[in-house]
Amino acid sequence: METGSLDGTGAPADQPVWRRLEPGLLRVRRLLLAVWAGVFAVAAGLLPGLFAGPAWAACALLPLVCAATCWRLLERNWRSWRYAERADDLLISRGVLWREETVVPYGRMQLVEVTSGPLERRFGLATVQLHTAAAATDATIPGLDPAEAERLRDRLTELGEARSAGL
Amino acid sequence: MTSRERAEGPGDGIPGRAEGTGDGTPGRGERADAGVPERGERADVGVPGRAPVIERRLHPVTPLRRAWAPLAVLAGWAVHDPNAAQEQLARLTDTMLLLGIAVLVPAAGLYGFLSWWFTHYAVTDTELRIRTGLLFRRTAHIRLERVQAVDVSRPLLARVAGVAKLRIDVVGTDDKDELAFLSEREARALRAELLARAAGFAPETAREVGEAPAHVLLRVPPRELARSLVLTGATWGSLCAALVVPTLLWLFTENVWTVLVTALPLLGTAGASSVGRFVTEFDWTVSESPDGLRIDRGLLDRAHETVPPGRVQTVRIVEPLLWRWRGWVRVELDVAGSDNSVLVPVAPRAVAEAVLARVLPGASVPAGLSPVPRRARWCVPVWWRGHRLAVTGPVFAARSGLLCRRLSLVPHAKVQSVRLTQGPWERRWGLADVHVDTGAGKTVTARLRDAGEAGRLLAEQAERSRTGRRDAPPDRWMTAR
Repeated sequence: METGSLDGTGAPADQPVWRRLEPGLLRVRRLLLAVWAGVFAVAAGLLPGLFAGPAWAACALLPLVCAATCWRLLERNWRSWRYAERADDLLISRGVLWREETVVPYGRMQLVEVTSGPLERRFGLATVQLHTAAAATDATIPGLDPAEAERLRDRLTELGEARSAGL
Repeated sequence: MTSRERAEGPGDGIPGRAEGTGDGTPGRGERADAGVPERGERADVGVPGRAPVIERRLHPVTPLRRAWAPLAVLAGWAVHDPNAAQEQLARLTDTMLLLGIAVLVPAAGLYGFLSWWFTHYAVTDTELRIRTGLLFRRTAHIRLERVQAVDVSRPLLARVAGVAKLRIDVVGTDDKDELAFLSEREARALRAELLARAAGFAPETAREVGEAPAHVLLRVPPRELARSLVLTGATWGSLCAALVVPTLLWLFTENVWTVLVTALPLLGTAGASSVGRFVTEFDWTVSESPDGLRIDRGLLDRAHETVPPGRVQTVRIVEPLLWRWRGWVRVELDVAGSDNSVLVPVAPRAVAEAVLARVLPGASVPAGLSPVPRRARWCVPVWWRGHRLAVTGPVFAARSGLLCRRLSLVPHAKVQSVRLTQGPWERRWGLADVHVDTGAGKTVTARLRDAGEAGRLLAEQAERSRTGRRDAPPDRWMTAR
């Protein structure tokens, strides 16, 4: 049986080599945040400002403050995401306040999916999702470089075939 | 751009069913019509040198099973809108009625006949094929080594007519993939043949192997079943609700309709949880055979389920509060793609554990379950005492619940993924939850473990579930490993 240790890294098979997500993902999320915060700020400023008096236009500050907080939280969340390919399983770790760590043995994988929406493509990103026979398995890695996503997909498929175990 | 890739070898992985409009058998058009025997069997001239695939039809009473559907629609409409129904009925003259019957009955009959005529099934060496549909053709190929369970069920009316339904549970099958109806003898023979083929018997002998001998492990006496239902809180709860709520509503509103609308569902629930359960769980028999576990049950509708070896994903031992002083337990099991989830409705603990040892070979109910740390009371007040965990060689066992205890056992080989989760409040107390996901869509959770222990558990469980596969029996259980 193939040992499946990472090629070229020289790391021992039992030491996980953690990889992080592309910075592009943070940029996309912040862009979306800015757009939505802008829309809400205009709405929150204009409507009370027009109907209740100019002083009420200060309501626009509320979405902006929220957005400023989220701006930093997004970075913490982005930093918390990491994944590692070990010899026999894939590790995904994520979350700051609500932490979650997932281990999926390669042999249990039924399907690997690579998706990329229009905005993701614009920023050169792709998402890899793993499906096992258990619906509760939530193994999604967003914000990968498309080349890395394809490499991961091919590697997972190959390892999944070698260790396939079905139900 | 979206691309989907299958992480599985050709013909591997769960989708045990392929669907298509053509069945892909070479020589489909040149069916040997000369050899049509009396029971409508047809021989497909397949690849030369291989045994021809015999296509069979369902039992001729099959079209009648949908006969009640139009009547039910009419009745439903009449109940839903009684005034309009009466108006419409008054306007109908006798001639109209006769004309309607003269058109509708033959049309329905023709439809029933055609749908029966165009439904075929065939058993090949590796698959059960069901070909159906008049306008929209549908062919389902169910792979036999992926079978999770085989059910033969005989609803009351079908028992009167001497017919039975046969259904193969594979992940992803739905109601369309059941063979309804076959004659009882044929259903039994087909089940034996399918199991023999799925078990890996040689194709030539598979038809002659016959039913595997079974010996009874446990039979639940009706008296014990009735007592267990009397001692179930849910039975009394639903009965009380059905009596108290409508009475209160009547006192406050004095509106007949409100009372009826609330009383009927409540009475239905009460009936289902007492009489309904007694009727479905009556004469519950668990037997063991080389083809796996047999479950036979039911008073009016009889059901016979066969779960081949190595298909059980999770087993749960449920101990309701009132049963504990009698030492009774209920055993539930999860099989991917199967509806039934009860293995033993009620049995003394020792008997249930003996059955469990046959279901999960090599496993036993762990004796010492380790409790959660005392500080867990800040996360889950009172109920924290109920959470326990034990990991033994063959199983991961987690218990939860204080009044009604549920102990879930997962064989390591059936674990699909392991997850560790920790919320902010749990982090404050240094606790974490470990979830173990299985293929039957169930997740077993060991809650409130010490964070360090949970981390170790995560790593070890991933390792155990990976290596646990090595000792697992093969999919075709009668073949050598």
